[in-house]
Amino acid sequence: MNLLFILFFPLVVGLILLILKPAKAFIWSFAASLIELVAAGYVLSQMAESASPQSYLHDWIPEVGISFSLLADGISGILIGLCALLVPFIIATTARTDKANNAQYQGLILTMQTALMGAFLAKDAFLFYFFFEASLLPIYFLASIYGGENRQAISFKFFVYTLFGSLFLLIGLIYVYLRTPGQIHSADMEVLYQTAHGLTAQHQGYLFLAFFIAFAIKMPIFPFHTWQPDTYTTSPTQGTMLLSGIMLKMGTYGVIRLVLPMFPLGMATWGSTAMILSIVGVIYGSIIAIQQKDAKRLLAYSSFAHVGLISAGMLTQSVEGIQGALYQMLSHGINVVGLFFVIDLIERRTKSRELAQLGGITQASYVLSVCFVILSLGSVALPLTNGFIGEFLLLKSVFDHQMTLGIIAGITIILGAVYTLRLIQKSMFGNVSRITKDFEDLSAAEKWVLIPLCALVILGGIFPNVVLNFSEASVVQLAQLVK
Amino acid sequence: MTAIIALSLFGISSLFLGFWFSRKVLQSLTLVFLLVGMALTAADWNQELLWFGHMFRTTNTSINFSLLIQLAAFLVVAFSRGFGNDDEHTHPAEYYALMLFSVVGAIMMVSFDHMIMLFVGLEILSVAMYVLTGSDKRSLRANEASLKYFLMGAFATGILLFGITLVYGATRSFYISNIGTIIASTAPESTPNFLYIGVLLMTVGLLFKVSAAPFHFWTADVYDGAPSIFTMFMSTVVKTAGFAALYHIVGDVFGGIYSTWVMTIYFISMLTLIVGNVTAVYQQSVKRMLAYSSISHAGYMLMTVSAHQISSTSTILYYSLAYILATATSFAVFILVSDYQTGRKEKPENFQSFEGLAKNNPGLAFCFTISLLSLAGIPLTGGFWGKFFVFSDTFNRNMTYPIILAILMSAIGVYYYFKGIIAAYFKEGDIEKIEVPTLFKITLWVTTLATLVLGVYPSLVKSIF
Repeated sequence: MNLLFILFFPLVVGLILLILKPAKAFIWSFAASLIELVAAGYVLSQMAESASPQSYLHDWIPEVGISFSLLADGISGILIGLCALLVPFIIATTARTDKANNAQYQGLILTMQTALMGAFLAKDAFLFYFFFEASLLPIYFLASIYGGENRQAISFKFFVYTLFGSLFLLIGLIYVYLRTPGQIHSADMEVLYQTAHGLTAQHQGYLFLAFFIAFAIKMPIFPFHTWQPDTYTTSPTQGTMLLSGIMLKMGTYGVIRLVLPMFPLGMATWGSTAMILSIVGVIYGSIIAIQQKDAKRLLAYSSFAHVGLISAGMLTQSVEGIQGALYQMLSHGINVVGLFFVIDLIERRTKSRELAQLGGITQASYVLSVCFVILSLGSVALPLTNGFIGEFLLLKSVFDHQMTLGIIAGITIILGAVYTLRLIQKSMFGNVSRITKDFEDLSAAEKWVLIPLCALVILGGIFPNVVLNFSEASVVQLAQLVK
Repeated sequence: MTAIIALSLFGISSLFLGFWFSRKVLQSLTLVFLLVGMALTAADWNQELLWFGHMFRTTNTSINFSLLIQLAAFLVVAFSRGFGNDDEHTHPAEYYALMLFSVVGAIMMVSFDHMIMLFVGLEILSVAMYVLTGSDKRSLRANEASLKYFLMGAFATGILLFGITLVYGATRSFYISNIGTIIASTAPESTPNFLYIGVLLMTVGLLFKVSAAPFHFWTADVYDGAPSIFTMFMSTVVKTAGFAALYHIVGDVFGGIYSTWVMTIYFISMLTLIVGNVTAVYQQSVKRMLAYSSISHAGYMLMTVSAHQISSTSTILYYSLAYILATATSFAVFILVSDYQTGRKEKPENFQSFEGLAKNNPGLAFCFTISLLSLAGIPLTGGFWGKFFVFSDTFNRNMTYPIILAILMSAIGVYYYFKGIIAAYFKEGDIEKIEVPTLFKITLWVTTLATLVLGVYPSLVKSIF
């Protein structure tokens, strides 16, 4: 029942906001997201205490063996936590802007949260797919109504591109589902794992491709990333945060949940190709990020580079790789929300994201620049920040898997430092420019968002074991399934 | 099967009721007639009965299809708004009567057990439709559409009849339950070849009615030329009846000689998908886009026909229901908007007419969006599960190429359906609040919510089908 609450509570409040359009939309949505956070925290702490997963099962379409089956274990627990943790921050970033009391805007964010939660909680593969695709609708409307220049064309491209990819996932799922035993088939993930293991290497290979393309487009992995920079740049800040902070993790989560345990033989054939593509993305994204003039676009490419490393790590199928991927999903979500917020703060005050026009902000707002530096260091993976733990585990797993790839992937740390430090330098330090000379200091509401995020970056770097222990049992179990 | 008798009597009586009653009353009466028809149809549930000299069989499947058809007709009548106020040129009593008659024909097409009954049903349905297509008698386009529909339809019926003759010649029976057993008990060598030709000709005749490529050329012009409300009737009632009859013929009767017709349907389904979807992309008019979308949906449904699984009937039922609800909703909004824009815009039927709809008419824009999402097969709507069941059936037969094609075509479908959503939500326009009659509004919301319910809890109807 707790899981049901976590799943549907944001939707209920979201629908109230969308339909009734109350005047104080911000209070509604912020309170709802906090209640959701408390509820999710309660469930997760219970799970950590009893060291056992929680589940919920109900009939959905019994005629074809599709059930409404939810599961929160060590793996999905991390993602649920991430989703519940980030949404209050995302909503808080709208405080005192014109979007704060826009009921439609807040309602779409909350409906989006339900779709994301659903994808992370689902144990039935078609339920997963259902939420996986349904999550496209709120973000599509968010981006097309409130986005920047050329928003309709860009969000439409994003919608069609990702939908097209997920259709491959759908047929792949149907293919395996039809081979499950029994007169009425089953789409429970456990059953699908068993069934998929019985398929020939050739079939597993095709299925691996179908599944991986769907998730690779979502993450995105090179060369399926062409929708991403435009969409991230054009979306409204909160949309970008949802996309990069949480929605992208649906892709990586999908790989951990569905691809790794289902197709070990497919992995054997195509795994290294997928891994090489991921690492190409890491290097390619970093190099392009170095060239960017627009700060938001720079972050978009950095996010693309980070997710490549996450993908490469989990494709090693090792416990460290998957643990590192999970941890990095969490830290990347926190860091990227903070970074996009900083860019948004700068843009609100200066109406510009052009690095060439910025500079000298540190003189106007000390807190902002400190927070920006902390968040950036988290993103660069400096020790004592949350990024270090994840990236270290990921690089180690890639290195153990294949040394050459590990060395190439290791360049990311240098390249990441180059583009991130360049971002800090161009925006925060240097001479005060024409548009930054009247830069206002942060308001209390803005500090209340940034400082906790920075605290999370450092806490994540010092106490990683809270999270790693939480997911370990489930990851070990998964890794056994892979072998 | 008292429903067809009752509906025929209702149709005749509504011709006379037109002398005394206003259009609003006639509309309500027709709705009541259809409700009575549905009740009478449902009364035969769970009993397999033969009627009219064993020419007519009611089974649960045929009852489901009959109910769907009457539901579709109910929606069309509810959306008809009494056909405006123009007493000189519109004749609501006749229109309602003709719609009732064609519903009778459609019910016969889904419940026949004798091939002549199929023919008679098809003719009752079609002749009424030829008249309704041309009912806007001053419109040149409607006249052209009517004539085109009539000529092409007459050919198709002729082909069907020729096919029936050949099948009769080969099996010496008109009763389809006999034909099935005769084909099964005859050794393949001693089956005359013209049986297969007969089967193909019958299939072609029915494929014409469901506007599958390459027999689709009439569709766009006829849908475009006919008054929108009858286009809605054609794309829901006629299509459902056509599919039920087609699947009854090829699936149930000739299921034993699956291999002789499957390749035809297989290629036709792929061709239909390509033609429908690719052509729809280039349409400027929403009505023509919906016409081609109706062709493309025929393609998806043909996929499950060619897969010929036990679940195919249930899939066709589910797909038809989702399709009827979504099509009726989108046409209803289209009718409102194009009527509003007539006189304001040069081409009231184009996508441009929808620009800015969401600003002052958020409800209409929402209903329109949900219906288009359902047609595109996005989760949360009935259309998604329709596609899901189709893909599932097709995969059960290991037909991989149609599925890959269907995926490509689904992505293309998203492209043209979203043109409507983009116009309604993200473009600037100057549409004021559109007045919507109460009954119209209620029906619109019911169909929209039903689409969502089908999308979230498909088991609600799947357990019946």
